[in-house]
Amino acid sequence: MTALSLKNVNKSFGDIHVLKDINIEVEEGEFVVFVGPSGCGKSTLLRVIAGLEDATSGEIHIAGNQVNLTPPSKRGIAMVFQSYALYPHLNVRGNMTLALKQEGQSKAVIEERVQKAANMLDLGPYLDRYPSELSGGQRQRVAIGRAIVREPKLFLFDEPLSNLDAALRMNTRIEIANLHSQLGASMIYVTHDQTEAMTLADKIVVLRDGRVEQIGSPMELYNNPANQFVAGFLGSPSMNFFPAELLGAGEGRTMGIRPEDLFIADDGPLSVRVRHVEHLGGDTNVIARLDDHQITARLFGQHQVAEGESLRLGFKPENTYAFDRDGQRLQ
Amino acid sequence: MNKARSNPLNTVMMHGALILYTLIALFPVFVILINSFKTRKAIFREPLALPDADSFSTIGYETVMKQGDFFLYFQNSMVVTVASLFFVLLFGAMAAYALSEYRFRGNMLMGLYLALGIMIPIRIGTVAILEMMVATGLVNTLWALILVYTAQGLPLAVFILSEFMRQVSDDLKNAGRIDGLSEYTIFFRLVLPLVRPAMATVAVFNMIPIWNDLWFPLILAPAEETKTLTLGSQVFIGQFVTDWNAVLSALSMAILPVLILYVIFSRQLIRGITSGAVK
Repeated sequence: MTALSLKNVNKSFGDIHVLKDINIEVEEGEFVVFVGPSGCGKSTLLRVIAGLEDATSGEIHIAGNQVNLTPPSKRGIAMVFQSYALYPHLNVRGNMTLALKQEGQSKAVIEERVQKAANMLDLGPYLDRYPSELSGGQRQRVAIGRAIVREPKLFLFDEPLSNLDAALRMNTRIEIANLHSQLGASMIYVTHDQTEAMTLADKIVVLRDGRVEQIGSPMELYNNPANQFVAGFLGSPSMNFFPAELLGAGEGRTMGIRPEDLFIADDGPLSVRVRHVEHLGGDTNVIARLDDHQITARLFGQHQVAEGESLRLGFKPENTYAFDRDGQRLQ
Repeated sequence: MNKARSNPLNTVMMHGALILYTLIALFPVFVILINSFKTRKAIFREPLALPDADSFSTIGYETVMKQGDFFLYFQNSMVVTVASLFFVLLFGAMAAYALSEYRFRGNMLMGLYLALGIMIPIRIGTVAILEMMVATGLVNTLWALILVYTAQGLPLAVFILSEFMRQVSDDLKNAGRIDGLSEYTIFFRLVLPLVRPAMATVAVFNMIPIWNDLWFPLILAPAEETKTLTLGSQVFIGQFVTDWNAVLSALSMAILPVLILYVIFSRQLIRGITSGAVK
């Protein structure tokens, strides 16, 4: 059964068309990540699914029921917000039980679910504390706990990690991944961070300007991007682009090569001048100029490359991508 | 700690300036209080002297108690002030929430229209208000005053509160919606507590002019049973003779309730309650 299906969903604010003809299917138990640059409409799409905004046209089905006219609380969803959005006047237990009380669940059920969620998230010792007495990571766990106790058909995460610092972000990411495998629930996760998208997703939806650019598993998108935008958005450092004429092939085309596919070769076809070198220990990132184009090469291991040096870079032909003038992939 | 702030000379000067200001601000109140306990002669002989065995007298308070129903005036002032504040805060907050939270046609115009009241003094409309009150039979009732003061206070309340409500996190309200709270619950349980400092500001701004107002009580409710404290005190101020003992005693007693209300609201002003709600 599909957990969520969107059919030709459009959303406009006045004259501004923010979501254009969105069609997405989410299978039950799937972890789907919406990713895109800021302003691409991914958060709006999530809010439309949640029912916090109405779709201008199109159909939204959650677990087989059309929910266009259903209020958010009756859609069988739970949402985790970027700013945690905990109720300041309620303690952790109160925050987690509010929705269940609204649903009219019995006390036994509420207590059982709170205990279960608290165990899962190590929130046991904090149940009687107020949000203002918790750290950022703990607040985020409470926000997740508040979603879990509802046992929703669909979890919605709106950039849940962006307020956390780097170390905590990685831990919480792993925690969310564990949670997904434990609960086996369908989840939709919005982020602008491609690392989060690649590491968490069963399926990634890349959005740009309110349009779906490509849908697929992380490796499908990485290995087989449909267009220049997807190719450039996924992968870090991002893919190098330069006109194909520089290699004497195909006028008007753009050539793309991932930084990790470049290597130093004395007879390589790309002659570059090194601008900057980043030594990361395991990798060495070389940022260089190829005519007017910036080229990044990610060399494995440690390399002694000096700034200002001239280098020749090589690559395997099967690792190149070609795009037409409109950015569409040429096979 | 900031270097400039920890400098002892700066600390002394800063506190000196603040203490000086406090003294200046409290001086008139002090003079009123000490003189309210003195005989008429002593007031004029040495206005700044503290009451001693010779000059001590409670004649002013006795006059106030005897003449007119002072407790009724007191009660009227209290009822009018508290009721007006209640309505200003309730309706002001609701209007501000609607303006800041919901998108609807004419939202902006409505906001401007409501803010217009800040610029136009309500006293300009006194004649029309009086005619309206006569027509509706509200003259010489406390309701006349409560309605006028509510109207007078609303523009600023809407203006200040809508600005603060815009800052309340959308996520918090949306979390409430997803958890199945009604819009009223979201407003009363989530939003209002977060704008409490702003509500207190509005309350303080409105309370003092209402309590001290002479104009509308004189015009709309001058009857004996609806007189407010300020209007009631006017009995002692005559064109030729003023009973200063009584005036000062009445004023001393009038300060007290405002002081109490102010302390209640200013506590809210200071209390930081938003921490922990959102990052």
